[in-house]
Amino acid sequence: MRSDVFLTERRGEHREPAHTTSTGPDRPSGVENIVTAVELDGIWKRFPGVIANAGASLTVAPGSVHAVLGENGAGKTTLMNVLAGVYRPDEGTVRLDDVEQSFSKPADAIAAGVGMVYQEFRLIPTFTVTENVVLGSAPAVLSKSALETEVGELAERFGLQTNPGREVWQLSMGERQRVEILKALWRDARVLILDEPTAVLTPDEAAELGRITAAMAGEGRSIIFISHKLDEVKTFCDEATVLRGGKTVASSLSVDDLDAGRMAELMVGEATAVSQRRVRTNPIGEHVLAVDDMVVHDVHGRAVVAGVSLTVAEGEIVGIAGVAGNGQRPLADAIAGLTPASQGRVSIGSTDLTKLNPRSRNANGLAYVPEDRIGVGLAPRMNAVDNAILRTYRSLGDGPFIDRSAAEDRATDLIERYNIKVGRVDQPLAGLSGGNLQRLLVGRELDDNPIALIAAQPTRGLDVQGVKAIQEIIVDQAVDGVGVLLISEDLEELFALSDRLLVMHEGSVVAEFDPDTATRAEVGAAMAGAGAH
Amino acid sequence: MITFLSDIGVLLSDTGMWKNLIEFGILLFLAALGEVIAEKSGVLNLGVEGMMAVGAMTGYWAGIQTGSPWAAIIIAAVAVALFATLHGVVSVVLGADQVVSGLALTILGLGLAAFLGTDLVSQAPGAKFDDLSLGALSELPGVGPTLFSMDAMGWVALFFGALTWFVINRTRAGLNLRAVGESAATADAAGTPVVGTRLIAVAIGGAFAGLAGAYLTLKITPSWNESIVGGLGWIAVALVIFGAWRPGRVLIGALLFGGLIAVGPRFQTRRCNGDEITNCITTEINPILVSMLPYLLTILVLVVLSIRSRNRPSVAPAAIGQAYRREER
Repeated sequence: MRSDVFLTERRGEHREPAHTTSTGPDRPSGVENIVTAVELDGIWKRFPGVIANAGASLTVAPGSVHAVLGENGAGKTTLMNVLAGVYRPDEGTVRLDDVEQSFSKPADAIAAGVGMVYQEFRLIPTFTVTENVVLGSAPAVLSKSALETEVGELAERFGLQTNPGREVWQLSMGERQRVEILKALWRDARVLILDEPTAVLTPDEAAELGRITAAMAGEGRSIIFISHKLDEVKTFCDEATVLRGGKTVASSLSVDDLDAGRMAELMVGEATAVSQRRVRTNPIGEHVLAVDDMVVHDVHGRAVVAGVSLTVAEGEIVGIAGVAGNGQRPLADAIAGLTPASQGRVSIGSTDLTKLNPRSRNANGLAYVPEDRIGVGLAPRMNAVDNAILRTYRSLGDGPFIDRSAAEDRATDLIERYNIKVGRVDQPLAGLSGGNLQRLLVGRELDDNPIALIAAQPTRGLDVQGVKAIQEIIVDQAVDGVGVLLISEDLEELFALSDRLLVMHEGSVVAEFDPDTATRAEVGAAMAGAGAH
Repeated sequence: MITFLSDIGVLLSDTGMWKNLIEFGILLFLAALGEVIAEKSGVLNLGVEGMMAVGAMTGYWAGIQTGSPWAAIIIAAVAVALFATLHGVVSVVLGADQVVSGLALTILGLGLAAFLGTDLVSQAPGAKFDDLSLGALSELPGVGPTLFSMDAMGWVALFFGALTWFVINRTRAGLNLRAVGESAATADAAGTPVVGTRLIAVAIGGAFAGLAGAYLTLKITPSWNESIVGGLGWIAVALVIFGAWRPGRVLIGALLFGGLIAVGPRFQTRRCNGDEITNCITTEINPILVSMLPYLLTILVLVVLSIRSRNRPSVAPAAIGQAYRREER
């Protein structure tokens, strides 16, 4: 209700995106000769094993609020970091107000008028609001009261409620975000990037943010609003650009043309099947993995998993679809025992795992390929042998000692079986490509013949061959009778591999589909929360 | 009990004790002020003891060479600033562990000063800071012969204390210094040079340690031997924590710790013996116990600070001990 009222209010203002009216007589006078505030063209950015941007582009009109949409891993944050001077693009050009830019550090982008508000705020908790705002562009001698008055006036001009003299550690998340926005405004940012700004906000605070971005756009500034929530994009933004797999798949769409189905289609891809639906050859057996009424709270006490029950049968692949951040990760971590569940039971076969630690769960036949293959899954500064035996080193031991030659045999065996390309087994993993890392991780997890496998985003960021190899391994496991819980943001993959498809939204399983009969639009709508309560 | 009270009376009426308290207070204040500046930038420098030894030796040598205590103390400050830069380069530029590098600086400094100062042990002092008379003020009872007769370095130290407070809290340089010490990544993103700020802070911290060391051999004990610093550097490190990284509190702590240093030996030198029964001390206290008190008090303050920081951020600079490297994913 609140946001509807707000929507009408804001739409009533006269500030259409400039380029849609570039031939019209009534463009705002301040931006007369400037067609685009931001123009990113053909941006490529590669990281070891991952191509984050593959020719992405973005055009933002002056005085507009522009949404950048895409799934996790679509390359949104990388593209924004290119604009903010954090990364140098491998190829492509950055233009601000039609002038080509070459940023070598964030300070260059700040000087050119680009401000970025990261999801994790970059504020100093023991500094006051004012000290945080002026840091980096403060006068030589600080007059506390004069600066606080100045910051207070700036905040007021944009309707940002804040207390300039308070220390940041005392503020709520919404207030901290306003301090970040103030930092950008203090430097007179012409372009403000907000990276999933509403993720940490209450609904009231989010509505407040919408008023602030509208006030900024009203002054001719441009706001880039990274999001994957349709309703806020429609409420707060004028136009939207959609990224998928590092490429721009739709640029500068009017948000009025966007609905849940279209957005899901753009974000997760159209029905042009890349992978073939697998033909089931094995029968589905008894339940091997059961989760009953699981609840997980995050550090702020919010129920990020709100009562999930599911079962996976022998030889079955159960897919979980959902927009990132809807509880998939804490669910997987809690089943594996890495995150404590506040409530609920986990069992494998007839064994109750609820009270067991991760090692014991693993010993009972539960394998877990976590979302963060580096960090949680593998230790990048250790070598292939040490990583290969992380799970099973106890069986290679003789008292406190590890049999190194047996360990090397185990690693060599994994490397051969899963076709992993490593230079030398005694070198740190850090230089390996994503596909090789993932094959090593998956191979290690499957090494001691699990009963059930949780695979979280197993093919994210991999190239085509890497995706195919991992998907084949997963299907082979199912054929061998392993029950697989496949958590993915890639709908193609879920449709191709799953026997049943569950959709998570805001911590709950809101829908179940049969991939043979369901359409992508139906699943997409469920992911966006349509029909959820 | 009555004898204990009369013992305290004896100590409090001892002008020599008060002069000693002020001198050790000045020394500790200078050294700790330097460490506050370094730690505010996020660099722990455990080399204070070694830096003071280098300063004490250099100051003594320069006093003999120049005959001027001012020239001598400035030479010592510059020399130790350069010496401290070794720690700066190793821990800030190269990112080595600050604790290891700082301890190495202490060991190196003690050895270097002993080695270079071998010939100085037998030499008479060439320069000395004299008490500074402030006319009528120095005639006042009590504070006249003590506070208002202290040498010029005392006033210089107070001036530096006020200056340090002002720079840290009221200038852009201080804001950058604190930001670099709280979160180097945040400061870097805001365009503050992290490495440069930290290097300068460590060098200034070294200069202050040099002043403190030279003050020892140009005023308190005008002589040189290799063990002359005798743990004063470690008391200065503890004093930074005791003073919660704030110049004003560090001054109070410096006077308190300076008092303990001044009082300790007097339990022996002023002990009643033989026929002497008035104006002397009867209580038996081992001076080693007294010399432990600064550390005990520091532990007490640490406990209080950690209880206080349960619901709020610690008063210690958050980035202390952490090397900073800008990351590209």
